[in-house]
Amino acid sequence: MVIGLDGLDELVKVVLARGFRAVGPVVADGAITLSEIGGASDLPSGWQDNQAPGHYGLTQTGSSRLFDWAVGPQSVKAEVFPPRATIWRAKAPEYTVEEVADASPAVAVIGVRPCDLAALDVLGRALDGGPVQDPTYHRRRRGAFLVTVECTRPASTCFCAAMGTGPGAAQGFDIALTELDGGVAADGSPPDGHAPQYLARAGSQLGRDVLLELPQRPATEEDRVQRVALLARAGSRMGRSVDNSGLPELLARNLANRRWDEVAERCLACGNCTSVCPTCFCSNFEDTTDLNGTVERRRTWASCSDLAYSYVHGGPVRSSIKSRYRQWATHKFSWWWDQFGVSGCVGCGRCITWCPAGIDITEEIAALRASDGVGEP
Amino acid sequence: MELSASSRLLHHPLFAGLPLATVERISLDAHNVAFEPGQVILAEGSPASTLYLLEHGKVALSAHAPGRGHVLVQTLGPGEVLGLSWLFPPYQWRFDAHAVEFVEALAVDGARLRALIEDDPVLGYQVIKRIAPLVVERLQQTRVQLLDLYGSGTNGYGNRPA
Amino acid sequence: MATVLPERALAPSRPGPFTPVVFRVLRRDQEAPDVVTLALQPGPGQPFEFAPGQFNMLTAFGVGEVPISISSSPGRGPLLHTVREVGPVTRALCRAPIGSPIGVRGPFGTDWGINDFAQADAVVVAGGIGLAPLRGAIELLLERVGLPAGPRKVVVLVGARTPDQLIFRSDLETWSSLGAEVAVTVDMGSEGWKGDVGVVTQLVRGAGFDPARSMALVCGPEIMMRFAIQALIERGVLPTSIRLRISLERNMQCGSGICGHCQLGPYILCRGGPVVTYPAASRLLSEAEL
Repeated sequence: MVIGLDGLDELVKVVLARGFRAVGPVVADGAITLSEIGGASDLPSGWQDNQAPGHYGLTQTGSSRLFDWAVGPQSVKAEVFPPRATIWRAKAPEYTVEEVADASPAVAVIGVRPCDLAALDVLGRALDGGPVQDPTYHRRRRGAFLVTVECTRPASTCFCAAMGTGPGAAQGFDIALTELDGGVAADGSPPDGHAPQYLARAGSQLGRDVLLELPQRPATEEDRVQRVALLARAGSRMGRSVDNSGLPELLARNLANRRWDEVAERCLACGNCTSVCPTCFCSNFEDTTDLNGTVERRRTWASCSDLAYSYVHGGPVRSSIKSRYRQWATHKFSWWWDQFGVSGCVGCGRCITWCPAGIDITEEIAALRASDGVGEP
Repeated sequence: MELSASSRLLHHPLFAGLPLATVERISLDAHNVAFEPGQVILAEGSPASTLYLLEHGKVALSAHAPGRGHVLVQTLGPGEVLGLSWLFPPYQWRFDAHAVEFVEALAVDGARLRALIEDDPVLGYQVIKRIAPLVVERLQQTRVQLLDLYGSGTNGYGNRPA
Repeated sequence: MATVLPERALAPSRPGPFTPVVFRVLRRDQEAPDVVTLALQPGPGQPFEFAPGQFNMLTAFGVGEVPISISSSPGRGPLLHTVREVGPVTRALCRAPIGSPIGVRGPFGTDWGINDFAQADAVVVAGGIGLAPLRGAIELLLERVGLPAGPRKVVVLVGARTPDQLIFRSDLETWSSLGAEVAVTVDMGSEGWKGDVGVVTQLVRGAGFDPARSMALVCGPEIMMRFAIQALIERGVLPTSIRLRISLERNMQCGSGICGHCQLGPYILCRGGPVVTYPAASRLLSEAEL
């Protein structure tokens, strides 16, 4: 079926009424960020992004389209895997351990991109798919209501098509929306006076139930054809690409490739890439204590680009920036396969945009492929 | 039955497989020695004049460090060789050596063996060819000892504590 | 949450994987100047099962949590952990008073797989504190010598920096009296030391085992393991018959495969290790800063 802006607004109100927190994209601090929303009027109307290595900018076009941007710096990750959490508490002298259960209300996220949906599947394999499941992630993921919006205007840093994660969404959502023509076309031509409309599909029973409550009209064949054309156009306009053939083996045999030394001269080990990446899952477990003798174990996001990340007594194992960049890239595109059976990368391009040195992972991979096997003897 | 010096030389890994004539020539300068536990065999700084082919027991090489006593740096056992400093100038022992357990060995006169090596290049080559790998092997072992494999003070990667 | 369907209802929280169980310190034995074996007593009704080679995450309340090898054998007396004092958490553990509470999570990791030793010569090469995770395996292997499912013989080769850093010296004597071939060497000896002085690789060369039918277990600092394994292979032991234990000291934090810290190449050591077979690990050990 097809809904309009009123239907979208009603969608937010319906999930709120059902007890979910509603989170969606808004413009804040010069970027598209995820925040609590009350209705469609909070969404980034008329905004377009332009992204490049080390560059992110927004322009206002005056149209009524809501989704002519690719991705902001945040993914859904923080909603299901909070950056900070207290795991348990214990008090001196007996130290009876008392768990701190996650009690956050269920979240409904409006505007999840297909790459981020794929990222949730990847993340879930690490946090929820092994012999041990993270209770907080498990609970929040199961409770989350996801409304994905397929991409019709990829950024120059996007390569979801090459990674097989977009621009369309096939599964993992409760509702999938595609912003059809209307407002202003994705190529930037002036507003045509029509408001955008959204082709909507349900991906779950709850999604079906929610859609039934929205003002709508049936989808026509024309709507469906338009969706296919929009996705095809988006797919052909991806800014970047990765050749995935034999990539895990390639990276695993190029640990001594001189390219790593070269990129290390540019990398600042600032950790932005790990911070914006929707699949990075590393965390620190640390104990804190207060003067009353209460001990808390806390879990916080960690980054392998951090010097202290690989600390063992005597010093860090990965002292050099080279070893840390190599670890991140090789894990993401090679060892992730050994560990979880998928690539760790979904092609969202955030690491390229948000790197202050403008390092482009797709360029690095291409360079490694070109110099395969050339390295120290 | 008492073995002849030649037989004992042939039994020892250092000389096993050498032509009989060579072994018999060397055996003329070899005689049996034995040491009680604790007995000093070599003293650091004294003239080096003997090659010991160890057959039984254990020998410890050590150096005396003020405040640390005798530090043992290597032990040698049957089939091994004690004493190579007779081969090159200044012909002086660098370390002490004493018997840890009862030791039995064949002692070969170093000065005469050295003269033999100088006079007879063919025999000399055969002997040096046997001794050289021993030296290399001992060097490798010593390097590994220097690596301090057990990581005390480092994390095994050579990083000093922060 | 009135109209949320049951399938969407948030599951009630259940005991989490990061929650330690409180054990009490039963005994503390000083093995070496910086090494202590802690004997821990579980609470009532808390049987603790594990296989030799596995480790626990021990919490010193108020200080932190670290991975420590289990050094006892299953079913034989209290739970033993041999700890080397290298930082604040291990210092707190090494000085924990008798009766004090210690948090325990585990057991984690792969074990030595001693069921695979039928009719093999079991060769154990240990360096420094590496003997601790091997202790339980050695005891069990010795028990099984001569049984159809057990090894033909047990050879224990131990290296340490100096004599005062040798651990489990009385166990070494016991094992020798039980028929194991035990050889010990130190890098540097002091007066009064009657044992061997030299690298542990030398012991491998001289030990009495048949390389063609041996299974080797190697544990110690990574650099020591590299050289020991080289010596085993030079003697003809098959690389696939060599198992080593990659050091736990890789900033392991959750023990559960989630925090990411213990990764070594493709391995998540708390899950796919720390015991691995040599072919799988060989390149990983020699690549610097991996």
